[in-house]
Amino acid sequence: MKEKLQALREEALAHLRDVADVQVLNDLRVKYLGKKGALTEILRGMGSLSAEERPVIGQVGNEVRGAIEEVIDAKQQEFQKAETAQRLQAEKVDVTLPGRKMTQGGIHPLNKVIQDIEEIFIGMGYQIAEGPEVETDYFNFEALNLPKNHPARDMQDTFYITEELLMRTQTSPVQVRTMQSMQGEVPVKIICPGKVYRRDDDDATHSFQFNQIEGLVIGENIRMSDLKGTLLQFMQEMFGPDTQIRLRPSFFPFTEPSAEVDVTCVKCGGNGCRICKQSGWLEILGCGMVHPKVLEMGGYDPEKYSGFAFGMGVERIAMLKYGIDDIRHFYNSDMAFLKQFATI
Amino acid sequence: MKVSTEWLADYVSLENVQAEELAEQITRAGIEIDDIENRNKGINKVVVGYVKSKEKHPDADKLNVCIVDAGQEEDLQIVCGAKNVDAGQHVPVALVGAKMPDGMEIKKAKLRGMASHGMICSARELGMNDKLLPKDQQEGILVLPATVKVGTPISQVLGLDDQVLDFDLTPNRSDCLSMFGAAYEVGAILGRDVTLPSPEKELVEVGDPAVDHISVTVSTPEHCSHYAARYITGVKITSSPLWMQNRLMAAGVRPINNIVDITNYVMLEYGQPLHAFDADKLTNGKIDVRLAKDGETLVTLDGQERKLESHMLLITDGVKPVALAGVMGGENSEVTADTVNILLESAKFDGGTVRKTSRQLGLRSEASQRFEKEVDPGAIIPALNRAALLISRHAEGTVHPGIVESASAQVEEQTIVLSLNKLNRYLGTDLSMLEVKTIFARLHFACADTAQGVIEVRIPTRRGDIMCDVDLIEEIARLYGYDNIPTTAIEGPTTPGGYTRPQALRRDIRRLMTHGGWQEVISYSFTHPALTTLFPTLKSEGGHAVKLAMPMSEERSVLRTSIIPQLLDTAVYNANRKQYDLSLFEMGNVFFSEEEQLTTQPNELAVLALLLTGNNGQKQWNVTPQKVDFFDLKGALETVFERLGLQESITYVANQPEGYHPGRSASIYLETNSGNKHLVGTLGQIHPELQQERDLNDVYVAELLLQPLYDYTNYEVSYKELQRFPAVERDIAVVVDSSVEAGDLLATIRKAAGELLQSVQVFDVFTGSKLGEGKKSIAIALQYRHHERTLTDEEVTAAHADAVAALEQTFQAELRK
Repeated sequence: MKEKLQALREEALAHLRDVADVQVLNDLRVKYLGKKGALTEILRGMGSLSAEERPVIGQVGNEVRGAIEEVIDAKQQEFQKAETAQRLQAEKVDVTLPGRKMTQGGIHPLNKVIQDIEEIFIGMGYQIAEGPEVETDYFNFEALNLPKNHPARDMQDTFYITEELLMRTQTSPVQVRTMQSMQGEVPVKIICPGKVYRRDDDDATHSFQFNQIEGLVIGENIRMSDLKGTLLQFMQEMFGPDTQIRLRPSFFPFTEPSAEVDVTCVKCGGNGCRICKQSGWLEILGCGMVHPKVLEMGGYDPEKYSGFAFGMGVERIAMLKYGIDDIRHFYNSDMAFLKQFATI
Repeated sequence: MKVSTEWLADYVSLENVQAEELAEQITRAGIEIDDIENRNKGINKVVVGYVKSKEKHPDADKLNVCIVDAGQEEDLQIVCGAKNVDAGQHVPVALVGAKMPDGMEIKKAKLRGMASHGMICSARELGMNDKLLPKDQQEGILVLPATVKVGTPISQVLGLDDQVLDFDLTPNRSDCLSMFGAAYEVGAILGRDVTLPSPEKELVEVGDPAVDHISVTVSTPEHCSHYAARYITGVKITSSPLWMQNRLMAAGVRPINNIVDITNYVMLEYGQPLHAFDADKLTNGKIDVRLAKDGETLVTLDGQERKLESHMLLITDGVKPVALAGVMGGENSEVTADTVNILLESAKFDGGTVRKTSRQLGLRSEASQRFEKEVDPGAIIPALNRAALLISRHAEGTVHPGIVESASAQVEEQTIVLSLNKLNRYLGTDLSMLEVKTIFARLHFACADTAQGVIEVRIPTRRGDIMCDVDLIEEIARLYGYDNIPTTAIEGPTTPGGYTRPQALRRDIRRLMTHGGWQEVISYSFTHPALTTLFPTLKSEGGHAVKLAMPMSEERSVLRTSIIPQLLDTAVYNANRKQYDLSLFEMGNVFFSEEEQLTTQPNELAVLALLLTGNNGQKQWNVTPQKVDFFDLKGALETVFERLGLQESITYVANQPEGYHPGRSASIYLETNSGNKHLVGTLGQIHPELQQERDLNDVYVAELLLQPLYDYTNYEVSYKELQRFPAVERDIAVVVDSSVEAGDLLATIRKAAGELLQSVQVFDVFTGSKLGEGKKSIAIALQYRHHERTLTDEEVTAAHADAVAALEQTFQAELRK
């Protein structure tokens, strides 16, 4: 019987060696190991064996079964792997075809610049103040030291609605409103973003509607050197740590002393290029120490308190930052323009 | 103000200072130099020549053959085509080898057989701005006065070796609308002395007193604080001297005749405008300054008849108006070639009065510009004397003794007290008193010590812009140099920065929209009146659109009452550029007034506007683009409401808002805690007629008021225990009349099914012939749950049966099995 078992093993292994098909493999499994298979058939003769022989033959039988099973399992796995590989091959996609994208919208570049500036100043401890776009002559001009018929009103040609009501020409009236609402409390640290309007013929660099951001700080010991420090910090956050600023004396009715602020050219870093007209500097902001009359009208004693204010045009900064050549693009809402800013 | 450096050097030494360097220094001290103009546009070898003879060219009608002495070894034969060339003239001659501003080089030539050794030049050929030339010299060759020496380089004769700095003055620095002011400024910057002419010493008065011939009264001293006049007789009207003409041209003023030129020249020197009247045209030599009467008229020097109003200040001779004070003279008293006797005016007219008149008449002159900014009261008499002196010199005038003037306001120099401590505290500097005094000395501001660390500074009348101590601080700062002020950080308590709640919510909404695929736009706040009535305003009371008083165009004459028309324009604009798929949003203000005639500020309402049109998804191999519809738009709004925690408080009512498709639109209401419903928005497809008018495909728009959303926003998050017991799902499908709204079905179910109902949702809607005419089927998924135990089948069945019964009863719904 032992010989029979050995012979079966040889035969089975020989058969299995060349199997290349899962169906054949299954047939062989049934043939040799099935309930009516050859192995069972042989072992059925165990009953006629002696008690000593039975365990010996039983063990041989198990060994033979184990050996055949091992080979079948190995073959089985081999077939499965091949089959999986084949299936995966068939499932292959063309990875170069485009995917289905999430739809993306985009923020308007002007609002992005406003948000960036807001975030910088919030980090420096400022609040954001806002006010109406239709203003009174008082808040837009008079309370800012620009009485009626003041020649400096020519600097900002105004859209009037009535003699007393107008489209604000600057966001400075928000400063006055804030001062008045603070009722003499200090410190005041605000920035005021918003739309402003001036009668101007539209061209590549002028728009009758544009955005401004102004800042105001009032406290007990605010110095012009603090203004320089604040602006330097802001500009370096905005345009990079190597940015430098330069102040030039200027005139605004609501500040004294007043200054225009230049920054090192965002394009060439100060070496001179087409953008900065070879000067290395870009004029970007107006500022100064709050005029005592403005402080007074805002409810602050100018002998006790001082402050500084600054203002900048959002469009100009956006144009410099993104290299935009025509201010009208911001308001034409051409998708070909706006979509360029999807990643900002 | 154009400042000739050649002229400026009369008053302050410019030795060793290049124009570019000077311009930079002036700019850094506060007056921007816009431009440096080199008056010599590139001329050399052009000299004065004397035309000895002129003959007609034998073979050319239009050419002349001239023999010219140009100071060369031999006389030159020059062929010249100008009509006005003549023997006996002094003219500019470009010698052979000369280069002209346009790049032309002068060579020996033959013109129709006649040799020509040079060219007789016109002003334009010399690179001069011919608009500034006297009229008789604008055409043909430039004829020079006989006094010029033959052979002199022309640049010398015409003052072309000059660089002109263009001072871009801020409104406060009108003191530099004068050469003297510019000299003081440059003197202060360079730290050099300033020397100015003193006409009083040189002026010689002759004859009977002026007061015997002229008189001055001012009826409205509040508009004219000082009026001074001189009487000058026997003037001879000719051209002014060439050097004066050159300087006027350098300053951009056209020479006219000696009298006018002198008044202009002195105006440029002192900043004080002067006017010369023909004294014989004034009734009894009288001047009366008064306000105009409504309806009065005056023909001004430019020949225009001006209708006057009662706020305008007039110079009259007691009988008729003769000039618009400070703005322009009248034709009836103009100095002409026949004028012999002159009344010369130097006055201070109120800036505001002049400004108003000049603006209203659209007449802005060199004079009005200066009056508007308030002239220096200290210059009125000196300027008058200076002009009188020059007229006696260059127009043979006899200046009669005395100045005839109205009671003049005393000219007083102001003093301002300045503390060094305040100055340093204000600037963050550490300047010494000596440094401060040195700077004031450079400015010609006298200082006197009043206490330790305190000085009293005397302000010259020319610097009317300096009114308080911080003005002085600015003077110190700008001459000390802004660059030298240190850079410091603010001292004192730190402050928390941050957004207010509405600001934060606005940013949240913007982020939500952009992440959801919407593109933000910004449109103009001004619009066409017709566009303010297209869509319903979100103002409950009838609002009026706000009109601009003087719009730039009808297109932009009123403030927008809705952003939707703006977005429609944007859709049209993009459709014209083949961009049809748009999902746009804008957050901005719309404007209404409850008043028809505005007396107070209008309402400014912040809104969120949306526009959706075209397809969802790009045309691509594995994507089927779908036309957007009402529910894409509504879904976006629902997402916004959900983000703000308001989804439960919002209802949509199909009440056919104006401008919309009547069947695909709704008004949006917000129910507050108190149970009030506020209109907060509209949404829908725009009316197909409007679409057609604009040549647009289906467009869906919405507009929401933001303030009520901010006010009622509720996104306080508090954790709720997770559900431990399973939910039971049941569906209902019912057939109802197509007019029945899903919202009502859901509300009825919610009410009827009781507390066990956890959620209810429509999952299918369809119509079809099987259902019958005017019917639709709605399938609804309901979810039941108890948070403390597992529900029994009986409980759910009972609740569900109540829901079904309610639908059957309320809507005659037919249950589909």
